[in-house]
Amino acid sequence: MRPSRRRHLTAASGFVVLTLLSACGDKELPQNALDPKGPEAIRLDNLIRPVFLIAAAVFVLVEGLVVYVALRFRRRSDDEAPKQVHGNVKAEIGWTIAPAAVLLVVGVFTVFTLFDISETPAGPGVVRVTVTGHRWWWEYEYPDHDVVTANELHIPTGQKIAVTLLSEDVIHSFWPPKLAGKVDVVPNRVNKMVIEAKTPGVYHGQCAEFCGLSHANMRLQVIAHTPADFERWVASNAASAAIPDPEDQPEAAAGAAAFRAKGCASCHTVKGYAAGQVGPDLTHFAQRDTFAGAIFENDERHLRAWLRDPPAEKPGSIMPDLDLTEDEISDLIAYLDTLK
Amino acid sequence: MATVLEPTVTPVPVVVDPGVLKRPKNPAGVWSWMTTVDHKRIGVLYGVTAFVFFLLGGIEALLIRLQLAQPNGTVLSADAYNQVFTMHGTTMIFLVVMPMSAAFFNYLVPLQIGARDVAFPRLNAFSYWTFLLGGIFIYSSFIFGGAPNGGWFGYAPNTSITFSPGHNIDYWVLGLLILGIASTAGAVNLIVTMLNMRAPGMSLMKMPIFTWMTLISSFLILFAMPVITIALFLLMFDRNFGSNFFNTEAGGNPVLWQHLFWLFGHPEVYILILPAMGMVSEILPVFARKPLFGYPVMVISAVAIGFMGWGVWVHHMFAVGLGPVAVSAFSVSTMFIAVPTGVKIFNWIGTLWGGSLKLSTPMLFAMGFVAMFTIGGLSGVTHAVSPHDRQQTDTYYIVAHFHYVLFGGALFGIMGGIYYWWPKIFGWLLSDRIGKLNFWTWFLGFNMTFAPMHLLGLQGMPRRIYTYDESLGLQALNMVATVGSFVIAFSTMVFMYNIWHSKRNKVLAGPDPWDARTLEWSIASPPPVYNFAEVPEVHSVDDFWHRKYTEDGAGRPVRKPSAAETAGGSAAAADGADGADDHAGHDDHDHGHGIHLPSPSYFPLVAAFGIFVLGYGMVYGRDAGVNYVLAGLGALILLVGLYSWGMEPSAEPEDPDDVVLSASPDPADAVLGAAGTAGALGPGAAADDGGGEADPAGGNGS
Repeated sequence: MRPSRRRHLTAASGFVVLTLLSACGDKELPQNALDPKGPEAIRLDNLIRPVFLIAAAVFVLVEGLVVYVALRFRRRSDDEAPKQVHGNVKAEIGWTIAPAAVLLVVGVFTVFTLFDISETPAGPGVVRVTVTGHRWWWEYEYPDHDVVTANELHIPTGQKIAVTLLSEDVIHSFWPPKLAGKVDVVPNRVNKMVIEAKTPGVYHGQCAEFCGLSHANMRLQVIAHTPADFERWVASNAASAAIPDPEDQPEAAAGAAAFRAKGCASCHTVKGYAAGQVGPDLTHFAQRDTFAGAIFENDERHLRAWLRDPPAEKPGSIMPDLDLTEDEISDLIAYLDTLK
Repeated sequence: MATVLEPTVTPVPVVVDPGVLKRPKNPAGVWSWMTTVDHKRIGVLYGVTAFVFFLLGGIEALLIRLQLAQPNGTVLSADAYNQVFTMHGTTMIFLVVMPMSAAFFNYLVPLQIGARDVAFPRLNAFSYWTFLLGGIFIYSSFIFGGAPNGGWFGYAPNTSITFSPGHNIDYWVLGLLILGIASTAGAVNLIVTMLNMRAPGMSLMKMPIFTWMTLISSFLILFAMPVITIALFLLMFDRNFGSNFFNTEAGGNPVLWQHLFWLFGHPEVYILILPAMGMVSEILPVFARKPLFGYPVMVISAVAIGFMGWGVWVHHMFAVGLGPVAVSAFSVSTMFIAVPTGVKIFNWIGTLWGGSLKLSTPMLFAMGFVAMFTIGGLSGVTHAVSPHDRQQTDTYYIVAHFHYVLFGGALFGIMGGIYYWWPKIFGWLLSDRIGKLNFWTWFLGFNMTFAPMHLLGLQGMPRRIYTYDESLGLQALNMVATVGSFVIAFSTMVFMYNIWHSKRNKVLAGPDPWDARTLEWSIASPPPVYNFAEVPEVHSVDDFWHRKYTEDGAGRPVRKPSAAETAGGSAAAADGADGADDHAGHDDHDHGHGIHLPSPSYFPLVAAFGIFVLGYGMVYGRDAGVNYVLAGLGALILLVGLYSWGMEPSAEPEDPDDVVLSASPDPADAVLGAAGTAGALGPGAAADDGGGEADPAGGNGS
């Protein structure tokens, strides 16, 4: 729908659509589904906008009628004796068929779009990603690139991303609203979805299916790069982590030792150093902007608070309070900082 | 089976050999309520209990809104929030809207069809006590270590013992099973009542529309409850006995839970809304002085909704990944269920069109229903656009949608129903002036709370989150919603003040304060215990209206000259002037004498208590050292209750009047009189009595 026409229709169709549209394009709403930024999400948006307009028209009609009858037929004298109308078959058939006809049209477009978006993309430009939901964070694996990361999904712009959705525990739902509608992440089930971003940027989202205590803290980001930048990101992330040299980086080296001694390594993978399977892969942790389900900024202050007592920072966190000393925490932060 | 009703409404049981199984005889006081089998008292009990739960569910709603008023709220912890939102949903659905509807079903159905009670009065009492104890059971979890926290939909495998090892979910499972027993028993009772005990001449297509909606709703309960019961049983077996229906680690299928839950859950939506539609369909014609526009179409469309309601459940699961074929089918079915719903809305407007609208409080709520339910219906159609539903589902858009259906719909209808039938039930009117304040604050608060949620959902706020980040930009609308929720709380207080105020400044209603159309208005307010002194004979829909009015050549109503006299049909007109508190006025003596009413009984309460104990037994049964001993005790109490129920004596086995009524040549007399006569009521009595078949001569009461 062209913008000028859109504006024209908006003016005519009242408050609901007006507020809906006024919300579009608002930079302050990072999860606004009314502001689609990729072809998949735009396809859904194109389908729903006319439906919202029809709904708005019916809304105006019905509410208008209710207000009209309330004013027009209000009892003015107790002697009023209105004509006793018991029904009108023609009218009733009319208001059965008319909505059915409108819905039939909507139904046809719905079914076509549905089959469109259900196609699994294939071909050279398609990037495959396996998304695994955990309580309460996301794991991303790029099977063609030997890269594993968490919470921040990196994708190239202008290319379709074929996402395979798996769950490690309960049902989650992967939802980056500006790029696609949500698809549930169900244990013992392999679900598929497609996302695509037109322009580079950070697209926010979060888990949309109630998954227990920290459901609210299971957020995600999709970071879209130009294809060239994406290639660079893949290359840097496929590499193993360097082990800090005790001479050059004594603190980080102590942190690396603590990483093993305190049990971090039994849950987290750092390629080339640790191979834990429970928590997020930390091989390139320092590249990430956020951690713990994308709820905290990856900076010293948040890391320190987190390492002191994870469940206090994020209810239900499976990562336990390890009773670390402040020195150990400093060492670990120094070590994490080397995982570029 | 029967007790002669003395003028003072004192059942005087003449027990031959009471033994241990005496029928209770307290005419007043707490015990009279604990043992009552009178459908009107049970209706009031349902209503009062549901209102108390409404206040609890409302407090939970306010806690939710306080927590979400600002980003990173700290009013509730994550765990407390999950308990509160789970209990809010569970409460409002199972402990408020369903029992509030049951209150109206119980109170009104026998009155609307010209019967003296429901078919199985003791089963009716059993339904109520099971519901009350089921509600207390679930709420007791707050005291015993934590309320259910898996959402009202309890998705597997989050509710499995692996991910929810505490007893929170057990309380939810057992609580809903207990409430399901109450609902199912109630539905059976009402269906039998409506199908078998209508006044002579009242064919199905002459039934009042509210009774019709009750009938459809009851059938939906009858068929939907077994589905959720199965799902809950499977979950209970997973949790207690190590089965693996939903246990994903052992290959269980969590989607099976969703199918079972929503196959119940969607008809449940119509169980919640149809009664309110019935109330609105009664109120609009009365206050418009016009008959319901297209009565047959209203009935047929509701039947159509009842059938189609079973074919749309997958629209709750469009994001599950069921594939485009399944999703297409359910998209289309979901779209087309809007058609009969839309027909109803236009027929309601047709009812108002050209009428003489008196905008009293019941009418405001009923028109508010039409206006608000329409919004819920429209947003419902947008879910059927399944590709885009993947943006909407599990967000606040859905929260907005179903509150427009269940609050803007069901609760508006119920509030209208309360204001409308209050004078019938208590004999005095609620203040219309305060009622209007109640309505407008209710309307304002409702829209302030829930309209912004449409936008919040589309702007990316998922449901069931205890916190959201400031960066999402959602705070302004959340704050509006929170303020709105407190306006609703204020409105609720206005309602309670109205009851208090109107009770102190009683305006007696008389039998027919609204110039209404259905049979309940032909008898005194409040109705005498036996309801109808003489069994009414029905000739048309809105029979009572047609006793009062004819239509002139232009189709306008003309009051019959003798209307005032005939209005009551019997004792009612005289009785109405008699005073409100007097359940059976003095004039009733002659009429009331010889009408047989079921005797009160202890045993429905005993049986319900057994189920209550059994529930705790199952919750704690898997704990070491507990081993289902308590469950066994509960089962024993239940068996004793049921056995005694079956075997307790009829209050008056051989009353001469029984014979008179049973032998009456008029079959209607036989059926209606037999609200109390085992012999005449036949299969109904046998079913209720349990022991009735073994002891056909005596009957067992109720």
